[in-house]
Parts: sequence; structure tokens; C-alpha cells
Amino acid sequence: MVSLSPQTSTAAGAIGRRPIDWLGQFRGLPLLPLLILVPFVLVAAFADYIAPYDPTEPVAGMKIFTPPAWMQGGDIRVLLGTDFQGRDIVSRLIFGARVSLIVGVTGTVVAGSIGTLLGVLAGYLGGWVDQVVMRVTDAWLALPALVFAIFLATMLGPSMWNIVIILGAVYWTRYARVIRGEVLSLREREFVKLAEIAGASRARVIRRHIIPNVLNTAMVLASLTIGVVIIAEASLSFLGVGVPPPQPAWGSMLAEGRSTLLVGMWWLTILPGFCIMLVVLATQLLGDWLRIRLDPQLRNL
Amino acid sequence: MSPPLLEVEGLTKHFPVTIALFPRRKTGWVKAVDGVDFTVDPGETLGVIGESGCGKTTTSKLILLQETPTGGAIRFDGKDIAALAGSELMRYRREVQVVFQDPYSSLSPRMRVGEIIAEPLQIHTALSRAEQQERVAEVLDLVGLRPEVAPLFPHEFSGGQRQRIAIARALVTNTRLIVLDEPVSALDVSIRAQIMNQLEELQFRLGVSYIFIGHDLATVAHISHRIAVMYLGEIVEMADAIELCAKPLHPYTQALFTAALPAHPDDKREKLAISGEVPSALSPPSGCRFHPRCPKAMPRCSVEPPTRREVAPGHIVACHLY
Amino acid sequence: MPPLLQVTSLETHYVSFGGARVVKAVDDVSFTVNEGETLGIVGESGCGKTTTCLSIVGLLPPGARIVGGQIEFAGKDLAQLRQSEMRRIRGAQIAMILQDPMASLNPLFSIYTQVAEPAYYHQSIRGRLLRQRVRQLLDAVRIPSPTQRMREYPHQMSGGMRQRIVGAIALAGGPRLIIADEPTTNLDVTIQAQYLDLLKELQQETGVAVIFVTHNLGIVARMCVKLAVMYAGKIVEAGAVRDLFNSPQHPYTKGLLGSMPKLGSKEPLFAIPGHPPDLASLPSGCAFHPRCAEAMARCSVEEPREVRVGGEWRARCWRAEPQYGQSLKDVDVAATVGS
Repeated sequence: MVSLSPQTSTAAGAIGRRPIDWLGQFRGLPLLPLLILVPFVLVAAFADYIAPYDPTEPVAGMKIFTPPAWMQGGDIRVLLGTDFQGRDIVSRLIFGARVSLIVGVTGTVVAGSIGTLLGVLAGYLGGWVDQVVMRVTDAWLALPALVFAIFLATMLGPSMWNIVIILGAVYWTRYARVIRGEVLSLREREFVKLAEIAGASRARVIRRHIIPNVLNTAMVLASLTIGVVIIAEASLSFLGVGVPPPQPAWGSMLAEGRSTLLVGMWWLTILPGFCIMLVVLATQLLGDWLRIRLDPQLRNL
Repeated sequence: MSPPLLEVEGLTKHFPVTIALFPRRKTGWVKAVDGVDFTVDPGETLGVIGESGCGKTTTSKLILLQETPTGGAIRFDGKDIAALAGSELMRYRREVQVVFQDPYSSLSPRMRVGEIIAEPLQIHTALSRAEQQERVAEVLDLVGLRPEVAPLFPHEFSGGQRQRIAIARALVTNTRLIVLDEPVSALDVSIRAQIMNQLEELQFRLGVSYIFIGHDLATVAHISHRIAVMYLGEIVEMADAIELCAKPLHPYTQALFTAALPAHPDDKREKLAISGEVPSALSPPSGCRFHPRCPKAMPRCSVEPPTRREVAPGHIVACHLY
Repeated sequence: MPPLLQVTSLETHYVSFGGARVVKAVDDVSFTVNEGETLGIVGESGCGKTTTCLSIVGLLPPGARIVGGQIEFAGKDLAQLRQSEMRRIRGAQIAMILQDPMASLNPLFSIYTQVAEPAYYHQSIRGRLLRQRVRQLLDAVRIPSPTQRMREYPHQMSGGMRQRIVGAIALAGGPRLIIADEPTTNLDVTIQAQYLDLLKELQQETGVAVIFVTHNLGIVARMCVKLAVMYAGKIVEAGAVRDLFNSPQHPYTKGLLGSMPKLGSKEPLFAIPGHPPDLASLPSGCAFHPRCAEAMARCSVEEPREVRVGGEWRARCWRAEPQYGQSLKDVDVAATVGS
């Protein structure tokens, strides 16, 4: 009787102290991305309780275009100033975070789900299913993403959930391509063959063997494309076909502040722009960390 | 005498080869398996030995219904497996399983070991979750692993242990025939003996038959009751294992024995009489396929392919010398 | 006559996580190879045999470092040499043959270019003499029609032929030592036999010394006169091949020999229980004790030291000490003293 002594996995678990790798890992967690994202997520979640004022109403007793508190003419009660309608920038940024994050995450989830499913079906079933899906993907990719999104937005009308659907519909193709490639190589792996030999139906093989093994790739892809989706939403809002006013979105804040930028009212554009940059940067770093974390395990198999 | 479990008769598999160069087009056939006959009895191990291109892998794919034969028949329990459909096909899949060479890619990496082993049960039976777990614990015990390992993932196990899990999976549905394709070649030497012993014990306890495919003569001869020697898609010799080791008749079999590594530095070994490499299966030599490399070739060998004859009880050779 | 290669107490460590994690891949390894001798280094995956060879030729991967010991070759300590100096030795004096011929050959260059390269760089042969030399080498490794084959590319050759070409490349620089790491694992049985026959002939003709690194004791039985068995980074037994096969002193050696199936015999195989350890978390005391059929209480506490069994024959095991009553059967001590 052989007693079990499983080999210790060498992935985590270092002995002794490790220096803090700010861009990389600290105790196995990606420090920098989380330091950025967690506050944004919390702020967006509890926006109703945190925001000092109603983002859609002008602040009583404040002038329009009030600069941030530390500048001349600023007021401590509106920390980052007011916009062209006298609305508090801080509150608008907070509620804008909600929009960006919700649209970014759900849009990515929609795109990822559609793309992954189509990629799996194309890769595993092959034949005409593969041909059809690939031709559609090719055709879709030939359309410039943002232009297509704008077109759809004008057709469907502006609303936050419409934007989610639109972005999902535009960005699924990159998933389909990559996942299909994964599945093609996965299909030849022995454990899939074993399931087929054991008599598993195709649905079963897809459900239990293919999909769980492409989830890693899908997740890495997702974390890397959240940034793209957030920027797409910002672009749509900037162009006026995204989230409709008066609901605050960082992109529309950029658009609103554009004309006054040259006159010196930098806080209307730089601040939302900075937020977009931070969040996208954080998701990219997170995606990188995920990729490095998950890939070596895949390579061992 | 009980009827054979598996009967293979005249099995042939030719793969078409088309090379479409711009104007020209060349076609040919890779005769991977060309007229193979053998049987496997219940509770016995048939060893299949041969070098690259001999057709042993294709033969196993044909038995596992991963390829369809171009000719000949495979019969399981007397029924032609090509004609199986529906519930009969499922029954075949339940009773015939396979263990592959590479322990690192045969187990689904995202599934727990217990689920991996239970999968054939889920496909073929209506057992409840608890009953499945019981059966999984049973087979884990059979292969020498503790039942507590069921919730773990494959990457937490060593190569030898993974191979045991693969064997457990192959046994879980009261399998009657397991095709083992080089099951120990990728394992460390000290683990090989463990797995070989385990396989023998399982056969003794459960009466399961094996088709053991390998390239190491000593390993195959140790575990097999009978051995079939394949060369370029044909069986050139087949006999009881001990008889084959004592009296190999076909020149190719003799070459395999000469080429086998010694077990002791003092083991006398004649110089290898054959030279060259296995020719391509696209255009095998005329007559006897082995004749270009055969040290005992006669003029007849390049013209006429030899027929398989039983030269001693249970000992079949395809060679003009006999 | 001084030995060709003398490795003394070699220690190579893999260091990761900024020094926090150290894996002792090679731990106090010593052995000697004389001119024209064949040594077999046997062990399973993770035992350190490949790292030992890489240490000798100075081709350790990043993260691995020789931290102790000497590698004396032709009067120099290879462990101390810089890469530029090692480059003059590699190919010219020490050559390597690796397991996968397809990985050893560059698919973009012709056979001629690849075989000629060591002779070109190390012996500065040019022109017609170089072509002659390449033809000679291809002949020596039994490649038919060498003049024609020279112009071909690796993908046009079979596996066995490619491995011969790797052998030709190894010989091209006129080395005194060839290290062959699992050279026949990917080859068919009859091709392997032909290749080993060839290596034996070449070795006798040119007088080159060969170190065979393998997990297959059969290869050692066929090709080597000396043998070193490695486990968990240490040499657990070393000596003349005949001695170790007849009268193994270390339980691991006994286990390896017992687990080899013998042609034509149906005797049950001896199976060493358990599996090779993770070098990052070795057992206390003797690394083999959890799997050892002859383990004593002392074995789990204290690491055994090397015991001289006779001549150059040594074993790292408490059982090999005289007080534990290991009887030596059929040991020709006089013969081992001479090697």
C-alpha cells in the first residue's frame, strides 16, 4: 500500500522574508493594482453615502467654475471645485466611478461570455460551426469598433444598460479568436480524448473539460480588456452617445470641460481623465499579474 | 474454454496522403495497419511490441473507436464493434478503457481526482452521489491510494500516483479490457515496478484483460501472457511470452532480443545483425516487408509476402524460413 | 597517470526568491574519470545528474550556481573559469550529446555547417581540409553517402541519423571527454542498439572518455566500466559496474537493480515504495530513509557518510559500515583497486 505524500506545490510559499515588490507581489497579492482598485470599488459601491452632494444638482450657494479648494477662489466645501453648472466635482467623480466600473465590468462580462461560448463551440465542434463563427468574427473585426459602437448607440438610444449591451456586442470577437485557439489545442489533450473514449457526450466534454480549462485564459483576457471597455465607454460618453446627462460619467465630464480647458479651468478635464487613467492602469496591471500567476500552472500541465 | 473477449480479424487501416502542389498532385496511402489478426482472452494480457511506424498506436485507436478501419473487423463478445450503436455502444465504452503514456496530460487539470474517477460512473450509470463516492473510494483503494485523496487536484500528485489515478478511472465501471499504451515509459524507474506490480495484482483480483503496448521487450515480456510483434503494420510473430523469449523465430524478433539492453554487464550479446531504419509506411518494401534489413533474406523474400503459419502450438510466424 | 576529470565535493545550488529558497541540486559530489574510461551516472528525475553535467561544462541556467568544490580538468579548475575561457574548452576538449536530436540541431543550417563548426572554431581548419574532415566524421558515425548528406538539412533525416550527426558534431572538435545525457531515450530499440554499438567503437578508436548520464541501468551495463548512482543530489554508491551489479551495497542501488524486469523471467519485480523526494523539502537524515527497506533508527536522524567498501568502491549508507555486518559477496578487490 503506497502511502500518499503529495508533492508540495512550489507556486506560493516562500521561506523567509521577501522584499516588497511594489509592482509585483506582496504576500502573493498584486499590491499596486489593488491599492488603486479597492478604493474605487468601495467608493462606487457606497457612492450614495460618501458623496457630499447630489451630483446632478448645482451646489447651493456656490459659483459655477469654482476651482479646487487649494487654489485661489476655491472653497473647502467643494474640494475639487464645481463644473459649468455649479455641480460638485467630487460627487460627480464618485458617481462617475460607479458608471465606469459597472459598464466596464458588465460590458466585459457580456463580451467575454459571448466570445468564450462562440470560441468554444467553434473550436470543439469544428466543421461548419467553426466556419460560420469564424467568418462572422472576421466580418465583425473588419468594422471599426468605436464607429460601430456609435452606430449602435444612435440606433438603440442612450442609456447605461444599452451601452453595456453595445460594448458587449462589439468586443466579443477578441475572446472568440483566442479561446478558439486554446480549444483547438485542448481538444487534442489526452484527458479530453479519455473522456470521449469513456463515452461522454459532446455537451458533457464541453461543460466539464473544455470550459473549465479555458476559464483561466478568459479571465486574463477579461482583465486586460476591462481597460479597453472603460475607455470605450468614456469615448462614447465624450462623443455624447454614451450615458446620457445629467447622469455623471467621466467621459461626458471630459466633454463638458473641453471647451474651457484652454481658459485655464483644468480641473474639469484633468481630474476625470486622471481617474480613467488610474483605473485602466490598475486593471492592466491586475491582468498582467493574473497572467503570470495563472500561466505557469497551465504550462505545467 | 471460454470464448475470446476481443477478436481482431484482417484489421486494416490505410490513411490517404494527398500532397497538392500547385499544378501536380501526388496521392498515396500510408498503410498503417495491414491485415492484423489476434485475440485477447478474458483475464489475459496481450503484449504488443514494435518500433515506430509499426502500427501499434493505430491499432489501439481502432480498438477504442477513435478511427474507423478500412477493412477487417473487431469483435467484442462476438459482436462487430463497427456496428454498435446506442446502448450497445455505450456498453462497449463502459467495458473497454485506456491508460495513456503521459501521466501529466491524462487527467483534467481543473477537476478533482474524485470527480475524474467518477466521470465514467456519471456517464454510464445512475448511481447517486454517495454511491459514486463509495465506488471511487473502492477503486482508489484497489490502486493503492488512500480514499482521502479524492478532493485533491491532479497537480498535487507525482507521476506515478497520477498513473494510478488513471488506472483507477479505467477500472471504475467494471471494465473488462484495458488498453495500456506505454503506461510506464514516462515514469521513473523505481515507480515503474510499482505500477507493473499493481497492474498484475489488479488482473489477478478482477480478471480484467490488458492489451499492453510497449517498446521495452523486458517490460512487455514480464507482464504479458502472449506477445505480438509488429513491424510496418503487420504482425510478424505472435506467441506465448515465455516461448517467445526462449525461441524467437522471426529475424526481426531475434533482432529485438539482440538489441535489448543487458541486465548485467556480463550478459553476452551478439552483435546486431540488422542495420538501417524502419522504412516509410508510404511505400513498404515488396514481398516480405522486412526483407531489405533481414540478415537471412532469400530471393523469394523480395517477391512473395510470407503467410502467417502456426509452426508450434500457439506460436505464429510470418516468414519464409518456416 | 593523472585522471582526465576529477570532480571533488561539487556543490551546485538553485537559488530563488532573493536568496530565501535554496535547492541543493548537487550536494558533495565527487568522482573521477580517467582517459578513455566510460562512467555511467545513474539516477531518476530530480537526482541532480543533469545539473552535475551542466556544472562541469559551465552551462548552468540562471539561478543555479556552483557554490563549492572543484572540477579539475586538464590541470584547470573549471568551476573557477570565466565563460570566455569555458568557451575554449567546450566543443574542443569537452563535448556534449543531449537527449533530443531535433533540439540539438539547428533547422536552418545544413549538416555540413553544423558538423564543421567545432572544427572550424577550435582547430581552425578551412576549405578543402575542412570538407575532408566533415566527410571523415560522417563516415565515422556511419552516415551513408556523406558527400550528399552534407548538403542536406536536419528535417530530411530520421531520428537515428540525427543523433549520429549530433555524435559527429561532438567528435568534430577532437574532444577528450564526451558527456552524453540520455542520448538514446527517444530512439527506437534497434536504432538505440546500433547507436550504442557505434559509440563503443568510436570510443575504442579515438580513446575519448565518455560520461553516460541515464536512468537506464541497462545502458550502463552495456557501455560503462564505472558507475555512480545519484539520489537527491548526492552520490549514494559508486564503483566498478561489475561490483555494483553483483554486490550492491546501498539499498537504493539494490532496489534499482531489483526493479529491472529480466527478459524471460516472470519473477515479481521488487518495487521501491514511495517516490523520489522534492529537493526543496528533503527528509531528515538520509534522504532515502523513508523508502528504504533496511532503514534503522539512525538513518532518520543522521546523514550517513561515505564508506569505503574497497578500492574506489564507496557507498553512502550506515548499513555499509562494517559494524552492521554487510558481507561482500564475490568482490574482486584487487581489480577495483587498479581502476
